[in-house]
Amino acid sequence: MPRLTFVEHDGTETTLEAATGDSVMETAVAGGLDGIVAECGGSMMCATCHCYVDDAWIERTGTRSESEDDMLESAVCEVRPTSRLSCQIVLTPELDGLVVHLPEAQV
Amino acid sequence: MRTGPLVIVGAGQGGFQAAMSLRQEGYAGPITLIGAEPGLPYQRPPLSKAYLKTGEAEKLTLRPQAVFDAKGITLRMGTRVTAIDRAARQLCIGDERLDYETLILATGTRNLRPPLPGVERALDLRTLPDATALRAALERPRRIAVVGGGFIGLEFAAVAASLGHRVSLAEAAPRLMARAVSAEMSERFRLLHETLGTELFLGKGATEVTEGGLVLADGTRLAADLVLLAAGVRPNVELAEAAGLAVDNGIVVDAGLRTSDPHIFALGDCAAFPEAGSGARVRLESVQAATDHARAIARTIVRGDATPYAAVPWFWSDQHDAKLQIAGLARPGDDSLVLDSGAVLRFRGDRLSAVETVNDARTHMQARRLLAQGADATRDSLRERNYDLTAA
Repeated sequence: MPRLTFVEHDGTETTLEAATGDSVMETAVAGGLDGIVAECGGSMMCATCHCYVDDAWIERTGTRSESEDDMLESAVCEVRPTSRLSCQIVLTPELDGLVVHLPEAQV
Repeated sequence: MRTGPLVIVGAGQGGFQAAMSLRQEGYAGPITLIGAEPGLPYQRPPLSKAYLKTGEAEKLTLRPQAVFDAKGITLRMGTRVTAIDRAARQLCIGDERLDYETLILATGTRNLRPPLPGVERALDLRTLPDATALRAALERPRRIAVVGGGFIGLEFAAVAASLGHRVSLAEAAPRLMARAVSAEMSERFRLLHETLGTELFLGKGATEVTEGGLVLADGTRLAADLVLLAAGVRPNVELAEAAGLAVDNGIVVDAGLRTSDPHIFALGDCAAFPEAGSGARVRLESVQAATDHARAIARTIVRGDATPYAAVPWFWSDQHDAKLQIAGLARPGDDSLVLDSGAVLRFRGDRLSAVETVNDARTHMQARRLLAQGADATRDSLRERNYDLTAA
């Protein structure tokens, strides 16, 4: 079971047990994290599950797809090179320990 | 700000979002979220898409119970409100009375069941139990007939066909998704579904559901051992109507999403609201309307924000490998202009009313931003810049 750490905008850290095959977004929603809204439920129709992958992990998560890039243009917070839609990061055993940072707002 | 008891009737996407947004905005009073279905509030869009394939019900849950507890949102699921007593500002739940200072109606819609002989044989696709029953039925090879060529009927047909079932679909209108998209887009999806092996019967309404399948208006018989009824929905307005609130294809609200009673708001699928610009009353069945209405109402209640509601509508539908995205709201009679990219621009008079795209998130997002700006989205200005939708 990969473990996943979310760092909210105010610095609060939450570590959750995730299931391989679930997305980072699904893990956050099931864990009751406020910093992920996920309005469209992972359908790539919004940018309300925006996260910043920790620099140490960006090579392992990979970078965003073209469609993700297009959707992120509607994100309310700054889009950085490490920005991803967390619904598009699927957890694998190799991502055990992954750290993602959450933006100040999603809507 | 009022801080009395706030009650939300309806725990779908809109009711849920209203509760969350009220807390996020800082509403300090008690919030009660009442839902007719049992279990935690859940998302409906995947029921005709991913859930049919995966059966992962737990992924539909909008938030775990702990989140509602932590935010002081009292959930009353499996509960039916029987009446609104506006004079006493109370809800009736059977014999029980529940006080409210502010009430939000998020009662949604229910499936339209046309009075066809044998219609009780047909299945619905609206709730999680509906989708679970359909999933179970798809476990062995089936001949399936679908009544209705709108989003739900077509999404289901696409999943069923890709699982190897024999699918036929009857639509009373002469083209698919006629209410939602241009004739050109309807045609594109007709070809997609025919390629998937689905037999389409357009301009042919169903007249009877029999033991052997479906009978159409022209006498055609579609052999089927499973009939899905996906012929549209009706807004749940009965509570509002019985309480004397204005109702006209939905619960009538003003640009602040308030009903004819200032203590009562309505949102989402059940609300008929004035469209920004035209002022025409519209009722939208979408996640976007439900959540944007909910946020606007929360801002009004908590901050007294009186900005008229003006969010750009958007819709999506996943059918096989095609993701249809619509930004804006076109009327069935609006003009269409097909771009080389395949995107369809819709115009009402001189103004861009909507943009339809398939697997083209970039254009879709450009269209959403352009429509939000409004000002320069005219036919001439778009032609002048060679239909580049990038907002200025």
